Amino acid sequence: MKSKKTIKVDYLSRVEGGGGLLIKFRDGEAADVKFKIFEPPRFFEALLRGRSYTEAPDITARICGICPVAYMMSSSQAMESGLGVKVDGQLRSLRRLVYFGEWIESHALHIYMLHAPDFLGYQDAIQLAGDYPDIVQRGLEIKKLGNEIVALVGGREVHPVNLKVGGFYKVPAKQDLCSLIERIKRVREAAYETVRWTSTLSFPDFEQDYEFVALSHPQEYAILEGNLISNKGLNITINKFEGYIQEEHVAHSTSLQASIKERGAYAVGPLARFNLNFDKLSPVAREAAREVGMEPGCRNPFKSIIARSIETLHACEESINIINDYEVPEKPAIDLKPRAAASYGCTEAPRGICWHRYILDDNGTISAAGIVPPTSQNQKVIEKDLLQLVRKNGHLPDDKLTWMCEQAVRNYDPCISCSCHFLELKIERD
Amino acid sequence: MKKTAGRPEFPSTALKREVVIIGVGNQGRNDDGVGIFIARKLKAENLPQTRIAFNSGEAASLMDSWNGSDTVFLVDAVKSVASPGHIYRFNAQITSIPKVFFNSSTHNFGTAAAVELARILNRLPRFLIIYGIEGKCFEAGWGLTPEVEKAAKTVVRMLLADIFSATAYVSNKNGGI
Repeated sequence: MKSKKTIKVDYLSRVEGGGGLLIKFRDGEAADVKFKIFEPPRFFEALLRGRSYTEAPDITARICGICPVAYMMSSSQAMESGLGVKVDGQLRSLRRLVYFGEWIESHALHIYMLHAPDFLGYQDAIQLAGDYPDIVQRGLEIKKLGNEIVALVGGREVHPVNLKVGGFYKVPAKQDLCSLIERIKRVREAAYETVRWTSTLSFPDFEQDYEFVALSHPQEYAILEGNLISNKGLNITINKFEGYIQEEHVAHSTSLQASIKERGAYAVGPLARFNLNFDKLSPVAREAAREVGMEPGCRNPFKSIIARSIETLHACEESINIINDYEVPEKPAIDLKPRAAASYGCTEAPRGICWHRYILDDNGTISAAGIVPPTSQNQKVIEKDLLQLVRKNGHLPDDKLTWMCEQAVRNYDPCISCSCHFLELKIERD
Repeated sequence: MKKTAGRPEFPSTALKREVVIIGVGNQGRNDDGVGIFIARKLKAENLPQTRIAFNSGEAASLMDSWNGSDTVFLVDAVKSVASPGHIYRFNAQITSIPKVFFNSSTHNFGTAAAVELARILNRLPRFLIIYGIEGKCFEAGWGLTPEVEKAAKTVVRMLLADIFSATAYVSNKNGGI
């Protein structure tokens, strides 16, 4: 007799936005997995049409409350490349600093408040704090520093107002940045402890053959710019993105799903960056990774929590270096003259690459826009992970399987509001 | 559960003079911005001994926004089963905040999480009153729905009474101004 069973999570918690999971079993075998996204589409690309190139950073920042800097940076740099200017020197350093602030706050939130409870058997960070108050306090302290960096350079913590195409409206004084140094040093210690702590968590035995994609920069652990590379031979400039990556609509998602043409799913985010750019991490971050046995080539997505911790440490270290070397730039921004252009920008949001394309007319008015956020790119790989995970662990009771699946989705820190942009889990067994 | 502002049950020991009002929400999502709307109205009043703060509702920064303060009033939108414009009022020292309330913030890690996390970590202000206003529309867009705007004006009046009561109490308790 054929049997059917469905496991469904109607609304997945501890992710950003609205989505869910549906897992169907037939004759005891996992037959289908759908990562459902039902967050209403927000039509940002259409909203940008007819607006000035100068407005793109502030409009796109509204796509996400967690990673607005990523959208502001990708759109600003797209405009700058199209208009033939490059923001360099101290202005570029300030951009890296505010972006590291966003990495620190976003990573600390996800590690401590959203993902760690999964590994330790708690429903949420509130329960975790009941047994481990010091650990949760440490996470809050790290996150607070990230917020402060973004507020100091970006003008406010959420949806910064001081970033613009060409640079900044106002640049900070040296002493303002230096006032953060001692705090950053203390948080750097906390970040190092975080690497040690996350490495002691219990990780499911699960590895997949991923194609990891990240930006690559010759001198830096790429965050602002670089070529798009993968562990399977991809090496393209960002303006070639659409020649290699395709987006498609699937019925169960209001977010487009991206894949590499003729190859399929790929993964972006901290684990991809760690694997592809390990040699560009700061010495302390590399040392911490080695100390806990985290080597490049890691294919266990559950260990993304360690990669995220290592990146947090790296971000602290780099922030100190930037502040030490900082000299107030002569001008807060570079002047730009509008012209007709096709322009591209791509930076590393906390969750992975955030790619933008714009077409500008002679007056710098946007006539077309395309934005591919990281969660759109990770959707297919999340579904593949879930299918393999359920095939391997289908014997588990539904509550344990549901827990594991939700944990697996959170490996990618999905930001569904960005990708459309949320989560519900349903498992069906025949 | 609509309550009117009576004299709050203040702690029995000296309190810091400053009263903090925190408006929580996102004005780009219609009624989600009601907390910000109310905080702006109160800011325009230039009230003495009163600090007005605005917050997106992310729990960690929310806890920071009341750090070091004794007397805090927080206003946020609510998405429950009540009618739009329904006003809730909680004394956080006495009542746990239902998780289903205030859940429209980033990663669902918002006001309720901030209050309950702060309770466990001993980081709650000594006096924390939370106003929740049931929203109707949380879609992207600007402006409050009429029901929520009407409730917001009522909450402004309730908060003015609360602030007056709190500042008078603190001054009196601390030996007068």
